[in-house]
Amino acid sequence: MRLRILPKEEIPRMVQALMADYQVVGPKAKGPKFVFEPVADPSEMRLDYNITILSPKVVLQPPGERVATIRLEGKAPQVEPVVEVEPTVIFGAHTCDLHAIRLLDRAFSDEYPDGHYLERRRQTLIISVECLEPCDEHSFCKDMGALTVDEGYDLHLTDIGEAYTVHVGTEAGEAVLERYAAARAATDADVRRLNQVLSAKWPRFTHRLDFDAAELPAMLATAYEHPIWAELGERCLACGSCTNICPTCYCFNVLDSIALTQTEAVRTRRWDSCQLDEFARVAGGENFREARAARQRHRFFRKGKYLYERFGTLGCVGCGRCIRTCLVHINIVEVFNTIHSSA
Amino acid sequence: MTTSSVYAPEMARVAAVRPLTELEKLFTIELPDGRSLGHAPGQFVMLSIPGVGEAPISITSSPSRSNGAFELCVRRVGDVTGALHRTQPGGWVGIRGPFGHGFPLEQMRGKDLLFAPGGLGLAPLRSLINQVLDERGAFGRVIILYGAKRPAELLFRDELEEWAARDDVEFHVTVDRGDESWEGHVGVITTLFPLIAVDPRNTVAVTCGPPIMYRFVLMELLGKGIPETQIYLSLERRMKCGVGKCGHCQINDLYCCQDGPVFTYAQIKNVPEAL
Repeated sequence: MRLRILPKEEIPRMVQALMADYQVVGPKAKGPKFVFEPVADPSEMRLDYNITILSPKVVLQPPGERVATIRLEGKAPQVEPVVEVEPTVIFGAHTCDLHAIRLLDRAFSDEYPDGHYLERRRQTLIISVECLEPCDEHSFCKDMGALTVDEGYDLHLTDIGEAYTVHVGTEAGEAVLERYAAARAATDADVRRLNQVLSAKWPRFTHRLDFDAAELPAMLATAYEHPIWAELGERCLACGSCTNICPTCYCFNVLDSIALTQTEAVRTRRWDSCQLDEFARVAGGENFREARAARQRHRFFRKGKYLYERFGTLGCVGCGRCIRTCLVHINIVEVFNTIHSSA
Repeated sequence: MTTSSVYAPEMARVAAVRPLTELEKLFTIELPDGRSLGHAPGQFVMLSIPGVGEAPISITSSPSRSNGAFELCVRRVGDVTGALHRTQPGGWVGIRGPFGHGFPLEQMRGKDLLFAPGGLGLAPLRSLINQVLDERGAFGRVIILYGAKRPAELLFRDELEEWAARDDVEFHVTVDRGDESWEGHVGVITTLFPLIAVDPRNTVAVTCGPPIMYRFVLMELLGKGIPETQIYLSLERRMKCGVGKCGHCQINDLYCCQDGPVFTYAQIKNVPEAL
């Protein structure tokens, strides 16, 4: 579709207009960091952010959500499935997080489609932003092929100075642009400027993996007994932060609770973590992944091998969030490079 | 917004409760409108008690004996199973499923069958055993080697007696420790294997039991020359969804709930987290 131009001063007006019909979730400052949160005022939105603490996964798979209510008052309990959904615009997602959402799309739509995720996905528009600078020294999106994107967005913005270029990815995106924003057609000069900006960005991002990420599944296949897992197991605090902040982690728990009045029971789904001690423990007491070393190995194998084998996509997008958050400095780039160097 | 959900259970009625041992009870469960569960032997359901929680439970009744109801043999071991044990006939439970891949009945036809359940492992195998006995002519020999810790822990004693009395079933039972009333075989389940000879190429073996049991039973089965592709196991894991998403039941790259819970030994031989 035709490239458009959206002057920067148009963005607040566009956000304000969208807010009339959608919940707009965008990057906002939180102390020295950034978070994706519902925007109450367009001026809160910080499209110049580097990286958010949690990815926009929070919109599509919230940390906690009700999936069913069971009414207990009548003769027989009545089950009411619940899908918590609200028309939403994710405004300002970076391309790494878009790649992660594409993986979540696959995970939640295979053999047994997950109507909770998929209905929210259906009612969510994504306006993404091209990254022109690395977030910090921890991002390795270039290695993971997530430094740019050619699908998965409704609209994709690139900062060319005074304005953003707008790539339209879907008909819904075209309609949004039509209805909520005053964009003009791009001129030849705009296209030249865009090409300059895009070719200037690539050298700013460095490779941090010492090898091609496509080698990860084969590399890990021979690294199951690598001594690094025991070493990570010694350091890991099993706090679960790495999986909580990961944009491609989607494991969850399903919990039932009952109202004090005893009139209804509620089934909720919450994020869970394979790093927690009880994750693989059965009621009889057997724990099928008891050692922290085995749990750490499981996380890295999911990222570099298991999800690839299941969905054809690596489970890591190189956002670096797990590196920034880990209290004991477990670093996925170092882990993969260490294994590679000893292979 | 209200719609359907793969995580929302269907409420079903507990039609009957029968104590089997100190810890295990047999629950007969009826779906609304007398509908059949439509399961295959080896599949499981997610069973829930409203407000308490949900757990995966193997189906112990055979499809051939469904009569519009199905049976779950449940050990009282945690919150959900504890609440289930307090449920009386007429009470309600939540059911999702059936889920997972069961035993490949078609590939077993014409073959000799060797069942080796240990303890509560009889629960999922009983579904298959009774299905086989209801189509007895379609199979070769039926050998059942059953082991339990103590005589008081033997499940389905009435059916064990029937199996023992049939001359088309070779049934051997053992307990790890006997008691004053026990006159049968004493010893772990592997001590039953020398009692039988099999034609390994034509035999399909099926085992289920506590994790510790598998290694020793597998040694016996392989020792008899039964091919790895003809040895079936049913594995237990924590499960929260039953539909391949929540991640809890993952066994390396396999999902117990979807790829299993029934696996061949050949499938899991090189999967370190399996046993």
